[in-house]
This record gives sequence, C-alpha cells and structure tokens, in this order.
Amino acid sequence: MRLLELAHARSGDKGDTANIGLIALKPEYYPTLVKQVTAARVARHFDGMIKDKVERYELPNLHALNFLLHGALDGGGTISLKTDAQGKVFSTALLRMEIEVPR
Amino acid sequence: MSQTGPLPTVRIAAGQGFWGDWLEAPYRQVTQGPVDYLMMDYLAEVTMSIMQKQKSRDPSLGYAKDFIPLMERILPTLVERRIRVTANAGGVNPRACAQAVAETARRLRLGGSLKIGVVTGDDLLRRLDALLARGHELRNLDTGRPLSDVRDRVLSANAYLGAWPVAAALRQGADIVITGRVTDTGLTLAPMIHAFGWTRDAWDLLAAGTVAGHTIECGAQCSGGNCLVEWETVPDLANVGYPIVEAHPDGTFLITKHPGTGGRITVAGVTEQLVYEMGNPAEYITPDCVADFTTIRLSQAGKDRVQVSGVRGRPATDKLKVSIAYFYGYKAVGTLVYAWPDAYAKAKAADRVLRQRLKDLGLKFESILTEFVGADATHGPLALRETRVEDLPEVQLRIGVRSPDRAAVERFTRELAPLILNGPPSVTGFAGGRPKPEEIVAYWPALIDKQVVEPCVELVEV
Repeated sequence: MRLLELAHARSGDKGDTANIGLIALKPEYYPTLVKQVTAARVARHFDGMIKDKVERYELPNLHALNFLLHGALDGGGTISLKTDAQGKVFSTALLRMEIEVPR
Repeated sequence: MSQTGPLPTVRIAAGQGFWGDWLEAPYRQVTQGPVDYLMMDYLAEVTMSIMQKQKSRDPSLGYAKDFIPLMERILPTLVERRIRVTANAGGVNPRACAQAVAETARRLRLGGSLKIGVVTGDDLLRRLDALLARGHELRNLDTGRPLSDVRDRVLSANAYLGAWPVAAALRQGADIVITGRVTDTGLTLAPMIHAFGWTRDAWDLLAAGTVAGHTIECGAQCSGGNCLVEWETVPDLANVGYPIVEAHPDGTFLITKHPGTGGRITVAGVTEQLVYEMGNPAEYITPDCVADFTTIRLSQAGKDRVQVSGVRGRPATDKLKVSIAYFYGYKAVGTLVYAWPDAYAKAKAADRVLRQRLKDLGLKFESILTEFVGADATHGPLALRETRVEDLPEVQLRIGVRSPDRAAVERFTRELAPLILNGPPSVTGFAGGRPKPEEIVAYWPALIDKQVVEPCVELVEV
C-alpha cells in the first residue's frame, strides 16, 4: 500500500536541507510509520535526489515523524536552480513510498 | 482590551505570512470580527538584503513599502476598535517605516490618538568589522566557514531579536509596533507577555506563546491553505479565513478564525503547520526560550477550533541567530516546451544539444541543472519510474545555470532561442523572451553572543 493512504505530509526548507513532516492519518497508523519509514528507508527512497544524510525525529504526541534531508536543494534558497528550491513538494514525493501493512 | 471574566482572553490575528501575502487578509482580520492584536510577518531569510539594496539607493526606504497603503486602509478601524499591531515590516529601516505610518495617520486626521513603537538594534552591518575584530567569527551554521571568507561581499547582517523589546514597546503604550529583524514567533508571543504579565523565566508559558506564533506565522497555512489532508473538501478557499490565536494566561490557547470565512481549522491542518520548517522538534530555539514540540497536545474543540495545551519549554540559550546576506554570483533559468509525439525524448535531445554548445563555447558554470517539467521536475526519478513518458502530451525543458562569471550566464541566455529553429522539432513556448541573468544573494546563518546585541525601543507620537 502507498504511504499516501496512511499519512499526510508537509515539507519546507532550512538552507540546503528539506524537512518533511509525515503525519499518520489515524493514530493507529503511527506505529507502522515508526517501524517502516526509517531514516535509512527514506534515504534509499530519495536515492539520487539528495547528497547527504537523512535524520528522523519522532513526535508521538502528534502521531508524526520529522525527516531532515540534507543536501536536497541544490544549495537551497536563492542559490538553487531547482523548481522546488524550497522543498515544498518533497512531502508528496515521500508519500509515493510503498508500505507493508500488517493484517 | 482583555475581556473581563474568569479566564481573560487575548485574540491575536495573523494578517500576513510573508512579504507579498494576500492584501485582503489584514483588512478582513480587523473588520470581520473581534480581535485585540494584528500580527504581520514580512521577513523571509533574504528579504533584508533586498531592503538593504533599496535603502542604499534611497536612505528613506528599506522597509516593506506596501505596509503603508495597507495601514492607510486599516488605521481608522484600528483606532476605532482599539486593535494594536505588531509587524516586522520595518526591515532595515524601521524608523523610516514608522515615520511614513505617522504621516499617513496625520493625513487621516488620526493625530493625538496613536503611538508608534519602533524596535531597532538588530542591524549589525556597520558593527561587523568591530565584531570580527573582537573575535566573533560568525561562522556559517551549515558549513562551518568563518564570515571573513565572504566579508567583502556582505550586503546585510541582522540579529534575530525576540519578543521582549516588542512587549516593552506595548508596555510603553505603543499601538503599532514596527520592528526590524524580530522573529516571526516573537511578534505573537509579545502581546501575550504584555497582556498576561509573563516573566522572563516562565519557560513553559514563553514556549506556549512561541508555539502559537509558529502556528500562525505562515498565515492561512494553518487554516486550510496548502493543506494536503482532504484538500478537495476544504470549503471556500476564495474567502479563506486567516488564523486567530485565542490565548489564555495559563499558556493554553485556541487556534480559530472569524465565523463565515472559508478554509478549515482542524487538528490535521494545524499539525501540518506545526511540523513545517521543523528541525529537531524537541529543541525549537528562539531568542525567548527553547520550545519542546514533542509536548504539544492538540484537540478539536469545536468547528474551526483547535485547542493547544501541554507545551513545555526550557531556558533560552545565550546566543542569538544572525541572518547575513552576501553576494554569491549569477544565475539564469530558461524554458522551452516540447509537444507530443515523443515530447520527453525531444526535450532530452534538446538538452544534450544545448549542453554540447555550452561546452564548445568553453563557458564555465558552477552548476547546470536540467529539469523536465511534466515528467521529473518535482519528484525526480520517483516520478519517472511510474510514468509512461512516451504518452506525455507535452514536456517543458527547464535549464538553469549558475556561475560567478556574469558573461558566461549572459551567453547561456542567448543559446535557448536558436534551438527553436535549429534543434529538435515540435517546440514552442518562448513568448517570454530571453531569460535575464539574476544576481544571487545568498543566506549565511550564524550565531552571536546575546550580550553584544542591544535592542532599542523608541516611541513616535502621532
């Protein structure tokens, strides 16, 4: 199943780093996100699109995960030549990920 | 200002989420229902350098010019309804901005009824060499390089001030507080500090006000705008209501909007905004406190009402962030549109031809970036993997270059149009003409010891 069916997301920038806040659509989906959407898995998902590491932070109170994708924005801000220089749609790019849902 | 009753409430309305946000929003915020404060955030990371450039051409400029006609439109309502304003519209020239507002008020015959507070002290540009000489290296927070590497190219340098000087201006009776580089969150926190008498070590309360500020600092982004969850059912975005914080002295608050406006305020939408531009959520650092976003509790308290509670904070650090802008180089981006059949293949072929020509001309670029809009510009290989590219009805070739050498960038801009007649077929969409080389002003984030920055508060009587 696509992550799109379990979560919503918003992304933004800090310099050359894109952040993606990934939020479970229902609280009961959150443990699946924690288990499967790891920093390593996200780094593989964005292979070729980012130059540096991925960090993950947990916000269990909001049923959300926050990812920092370093070196994602071709220098970021005004330097970047990218259409998405501010990382606004990395959010939905993450939601393309395929997830195994426990039955 | 505050309501009487068991739990006093202060209503703080967001009117602008950035310089260039919807001009109708602040007018509607002060006319469509009761509010005590109007908060407007104008300053993005490189905005100060644009304003610095304007000021260097005309010493009476250097602030958000459109703030003045906006104030002309809403000042009579502000005075009549006793609504106070906090805005960082002052940019690199808050005093000139305040003078312009004062003149507007006099013209509207509002003299004698208005005090304007001005917050300065954030501007470090003229102090930069003295600071460097005293050992403040202002190293780039991302790269670790010392500022001396780019000192001769620095265009502006401003410390981020927090809520306290804004609260001081309110305490001194300012109806409108105009600031330079004050944090977005400080503009919302300051009215709470002032109204509730919060102290400098009330870390949980200061963190709560900071979370409130972060929630509304991007305007309608927490009230239905740019909201992914169930986006197609968000009602009446044409009349989207901008957010209002209903704050209480105990640090709890509600996010809401005026009745009858469009948009939607839900736990899901507020959560999207809370994680926007987030770093480590347990350490949201501002000049006023360190807020812990992992302690926030949200609940739906009614239609278009989200209750926020539980926020915990820790002591502020002894540093301030400094926003420095410096000249980096030049860039240009050009586009051509290729049509079916084989739109993607034609655009790719054109890119190869163009790159060959740039190489043959011996032009040196720091970076050449090609995107195929309609195929891979936003989601890269993730999108291509799932797309039948041979079916695409059209693809926009978008190619950008960056270089310290203006002449190389200039020459690149002349290489696009020829492709229409001497490159791959079925190409159009060059009506905009040759792209223009742009100066790149880049952002240099740094830290400085808090003690060397002295905020200054002045009052202008109208």
